[in-house]
Amino acid sequence: MIETFKSVIDTLSAPTVSFTLLTLLTPLIFPPTDWFDKLNRKLGIWRLWTKPGLWAGMGFITFFFIVGYFDPNFNITLTKPDNFPIVLMVYSMFFFIWLGMKKAYINDDRLAEGLKPEEYNDPDDKVLVWPDLVYIEFISLILFMVFLIVWSILVAAPLEEPANPASTPNPSKAPWYFLGLQEMLVYFDPWLAGIVFPMFIIFGMMAIPYIDTNPKGDGYYSFKERRIGIFIFMYGWLILWLFLIVIGTFFRGPNWNFFGPFEYWDPHKVVPLNNVNLSEYLWVKMLSTGLPTNIMLREFMGFLVVFAYMFVFPILLAKTWLKDLFEKIGPIRYTTLMLFGLSMFSLPIKMYLRWFFNLKYIIAIPEWFFNI
Amino acid sequence: MAKDNKQKSFLERMGESQVWKSIIRSGVPHTRRQRMHAILGSVFLHLHPARLPKHAVKVGYTWCMGGLSFFLFVVLTITGILLMFYYRPTVEYAYTDIIDLTEQVPLGMMRELHRWGAHAMVLTVWLHMLRVFMTGSYKPPREFNWGVGVLLMTMTMFLSFTGYLLPWDQLAIWAVTVGTNMARAHPFIGHEGPGASLLAIGDINLVHMGSDVRFALLGGRFVGEATLLRFYVLHCIAVPFIMMIFLAVHFWRIRKDGGISGPL
Repeated sequence: MIETFKSVIDTLSAPTVSFTLLTLLTPLIFPPTDWFDKLNRKLGIWRLWTKPGLWAGMGFITFFFIVGYFDPNFNITLTKPDNFPIVLMVYSMFFFIWLGMKKAYINDDRLAEGLKPEEYNDPDDKVLVWPDLVYIEFISLILFMVFLIVWSILVAAPLEEPANPASTPNPSKAPWYFLGLQEMLVYFDPWLAGIVFPMFIIFGMMAIPYIDTNPKGDGYYSFKERRIGIFIFMYGWLILWLFLIVIGTFFRGPNWNFFGPFEYWDPHKVVPLNNVNLSEYLWVKMLSTGLPTNIMLREFMGFLVVFAYMFVFPILLAKTWLKDLFEKIGPIRYTTLMLFGLSMFSLPIKMYLRWFFNLKYIIAIPEWFFNI
Repeated sequence: MAKDNKQKSFLERMGESQVWKSIIRSGVPHTRRQRMHAILGSVFLHLHPARLPKHAVKVGYTWCMGGLSFFLFVVLTITGILLMFYYRPTVEYAYTDIIDLTEQVPLGMMRELHRWGAHAMVLTVWLHMLRVFMTGSYKPPREFNWGVGVLLMTMTMFLSFTGYLLPWDQLAIWAVTVGTNMARAHPFIGHEGPGASLLAIGDINLVHMGSDVRFALLGGRFVGEATLLRFYVLHCIAVPFIMMIFLAVHFWRIRKDGGISGPL
């Protein structure tokens, strides 16, 4: 029974499977359109944001970690002291997303009935900060300090052998909050995964309030009024950031190979490396002429693809499917949205190109360190 | 007022003493007026307005995560200062000082508090961001403060990252090696980044292994003595200093943008 559970989880957690499942689930859990909303109601996914949903989610996470704790292989990764924050992260993120969405659904119902959101109070009916807020702050501060002290007593801060530049551990991992970026390195070169995308994340997040011109849902939990915004944010935040951290922590072993959580980390695991560049597909496999010596000629197909994706595609969208949006928010906001949005979705696209076509680089110019 | 001195509690009598009233001008706050004065008259508490709408004091709305993040910043500053008494950022002493901390220093729990507090702060900051997003609190007039918050979150992670190196164990140097290796590939200013070879005069490359952004970050070609000192200074002085300025702006702007968000 448990062994079946373990092997099912091992199979499911392979990035190809788990990432696809989660990508398909996200629009069902956070339905961005009426069509998805209907499907969400039909399948009963909205029940996730009720009390039974909370217990089911918490129960599954706990079951997973308990089975993991008693599994000799998963135990090694799970009980590393520096991985404890990730266990905490999984619980707290689930709980708080549950809390926010539960409140959002309550408010959605109230707004549909023409009522004000739950948070609304008569503006003249205010409370005094002393004592009403100060004591709440004081209590939460004490409780949090107690939690921190107990944590510190129970778990010693990790300290491994003294630094030795001559012996590289395998795998070498960045601190856990950067493991999403390290996981991106599988699909993109460092100049993108380590520099450009992190900057895009920072500037893209700062751009959110300027792109999202929807005035509704300000100052209270709500979903229906802002569903597209919440869907895009949740996809980026939950799947492309938090889930990649979980993959990087629990599912990446020696040589950054994939291992299911209950698998033994075999340093000699052989993984075929048969990734092919787009230029090789074109010149070697299709035209059988061999790669041209001129770099620009060799890579013109890749440049075309990237140019089409980043520049032609948004223009086409603005004329067709996103016409209303383009007219509503104007060219500057639209361009910003497309720059950050398309960059974000380039990660799953590149993942699938890798998994289906073994595509290594779309543009491959190692001579200039310019690989996309 | 008419109460006899004998009937008054110790606290009440203390609250009316000259010493107490010179420090906390409102005395023991009983009346509405005194309670407002208690907030307005305190340099720390006056971060808050004197009165708030009801939803703003509910944990269900705020999750308390912004406050806890700041609280953790204070905890980390205090435990960090205590750690600085014992820790020397040199390759020779760093690791043994950490061992000393746990084995020789009485109540040697400061490193645990500091390390777990740092991890917890990354989480509380993320949860604070999630709350602000879910309540749509980044919308006008709070766009700018959301941006400041994004930078504060980045700084939190950078602080945590620079601190990661200081124990100078295997975990530290290899995590930092992996992280800083990214800087090699920085476009134009990393020696293995696209465009770096364009920055050249004739045959002389301006951006090479000994002059690129990774060299500036590490103070050398690999994670070594100079890196330890650099990260120590960044971790203890430079980033907290910048962060405190941004924190001040963040808090100030909450008030100036109309206080905590809420439905109209």
